[in-house]
Amino acid sequence: MATKIFKHLQSSIVPLPIENIDTDQIIPARFLKATTRDGFGNNLFRDWRFDKEGNPKKDFVLNHPTYSGKILVAGKNFGCGSSREHAAWAIADYGFDVVVSSFFADIFKGNALNNGLLPIQVSDDFLKKLFDAVYADAHAQVEVDLDNQFIKIVSTGEQETFEINPYKKACLINGYDDIDYILSNKQQVEEFEKR
Amino acid sequence: MGQTLFDKIWDAHVVSSKEGFPDILYIDTHFIHEVTSPQAFDGLRQRGLPVFRPKQTVATADHNVPTWDQHLPIKEELSRYQVDMLTKNCAEFGIELYGLGHQYQGIVHVIGPELGITRPGCTYVCGDSHTSTHGAFGAIAFGIGTSQVEQVLATQCLLQQRPKRMKIEVNGALQKGVGAKDIILYIISKISAAGGTGYFVEYAGDTIRSLSMEGRMTICNMSIEMGARGGLIAPDETTIEYVKGRKFAPQGEDWDKAVDYWKTLYSDEDAQFDSELYFDAADIEPMITYGTNPGMGIGITQHVPETASFEAKEQGSYTKALNYMGLHEDQSLLGKPIDYVFIGSCTNSRIEDLRLVADFIKGKHKADNVTVWVVPGSKQVQQQAIAEGLDKIFEAAGFPLREPGCSACLGMNEDKIPAGKYCISTSNRNFEGRQGPDSRTFLASPLTAAAAAITGKVTDIRELLQEEELVG
Repeated sequence: MATKIFKHLQSSIVPLPIENIDTDQIIPARFLKATTRDGFGNNLFRDWRFDKEGNPKKDFVLNHPTYSGKILVAGKNFGCGSSREHAAWAIADYGFDVVVSSFFADIFKGNALNNGLLPIQVSDDFLKKLFDAVYADAHAQVEVDLDNQFIKIVSTGEQETFEINPYKKACLINGYDDIDYILSNKQQVEEFEKR
Repeated sequence: MGQTLFDKIWDAHVVSSKEGFPDILYIDTHFIHEVTSPQAFDGLRQRGLPVFRPKQTVATADHNVPTWDQHLPIKEELSRYQVDMLTKNCAEFGIELYGLGHQYQGIVHVIGPELGITRPGCTYVCGDSHTSTHGAFGAIAFGIGTSQVEQVLATQCLLQQRPKRMKIEVNGALQKGVGAKDIILYIISKISAAGGTGYFVEYAGDTIRSLSMEGRMTICNMSIEMGARGGLIAPDETTIEYVKGRKFAPQGEDWDKAVDYWKTLYSDEDAQFDSELYFDAADIEPMITYGTNPGMGIGITQHVPETASFEAKEQGSYTKALNYMGLHEDQSLLGKPIDYVFIGSCTNSRIEDLRLVADFIKGKHKADNVTVWVVPGSKQVQQQAIAEGLDKIFEAAGFPLREPGCSACLGMNEDKIPAGKYCISTSNRNFEGRQGPDSRTFLASPLTAAAAAITGKVTDIRELLQEEELVG
């Protein structure tokens, strides 16, 4: 089955300079009762974004009219905690294609990659530059090039390369799927079982 | 060069290893539950695929289930739908389900070990990050996302990059009143909620070795709270004794063969780890968390850290956490009144946890200001507790023994801590809103939780134990 393709993107960014954002914040457990993958974006960062009556909290960045874009930029150790893939679904469903942080939790990173959502790990220094850029100009453009593995602040030309597993990179660029890959090795799996 | 325990088990499960690709890792047993599996079954239907090895998948309902009146239909519609969906999916794809009402139902990480499904040298995955629990048996076990649940259902394999290896050694004698939960909260407080990311941890040292299987499970369970994908402990006589005679444990000749293999499962003396950490058990106090991630923990007599002790860029997140908790820097938590006590979750809901709590509260009564929930990890734990009369002890202390499930660890059922209230919880996460919107969680051991249940406030269990000794 083909998955979502990602190659290249230029967009403004949404800053969320908080560290250790866990998946319970990204999508609280009480919203995990759905049995499909759709609609989680409505509850992305639910308790930071809405008050108890469901009214938007004005000071939260997603409710701020100034900031928008397809790139979410967050503090270190993003996506820690629960393995719920609903966190990646919620971020992608909301409309983000890229999440940038100086450090990602392992399971979140894998879940994001399996949903065409690109997690980019940058240095602390470059993360600060991204925050500086967006706070200086809310519409500051950032370019992400997966093929050449770099992320660039367009106005200043400052850029950094990022790491990605070559297989997962090929999956994103070509829309390959892990299950198809393992099934193409089915004979080996069956031979392994006989050992 | 020698091999680590982790590498021995990993290598024995690699189906294919190709340069530039993650390994194809064979999974011996796949645990599933109602929350992270429905979309995976849908994926199989869309692909027109069966479950590749249905006999190697075990299902239970735990996250959504009520812990009171379990014989009645689940009241909450979405929860009931999700649990019903699991029943339907298991029937359609030929998977054994220990659902509500079944004598083996319970939290997935409690039932695997108690049924003898969890064994040394094997690989386990589940769409739940606390799958790391099963590593206590000297197994590779870790949590996965739903796309990977689908992958394992479809192929019994997982594409996975080999993580780095970390060794954490704890040596020396523990103080009275200090247990496995304190050890792991102490380690996480030292290395932070991200300190283990990218690693698989092996816990070693004589302190770890002296722990029961229940204690070892508590340690491995919280590996994910330092960011590590999993943690494991080399099997020994304690492990073998625990597995022996359990429902799905090997029998007869198979048992002897299995035990011979298990005895080869240890890290060689000259094995290389990517990181090694050493701790002294004597330094560990009863632990409690004060913040909104499990790395924010202190010894019970210590004070909440000062904001200035953090780097400038971390101070904003730190202040946010203290505000959420309604605490201030340099505060002692001792004497802080609490509203709820939760004893349960895949970290601390096993029979040994319940025995420990019952032994301490016997003849005492809970404080008037607290509500106490004791939630057994499984139907079998519940039955055992009743057989031993622990339910009577809990009842006399002013709180009933409830029915098994994940309960207030994540509040997917009705067991939610109300906004603004403080809960001392034996669970594993103190994230904002984890136990209910705007709830405030102090993570601690079963004994520290029991002490708070009796006194109604944060208490140093060592003092109470000492008083008892003097009186006794």
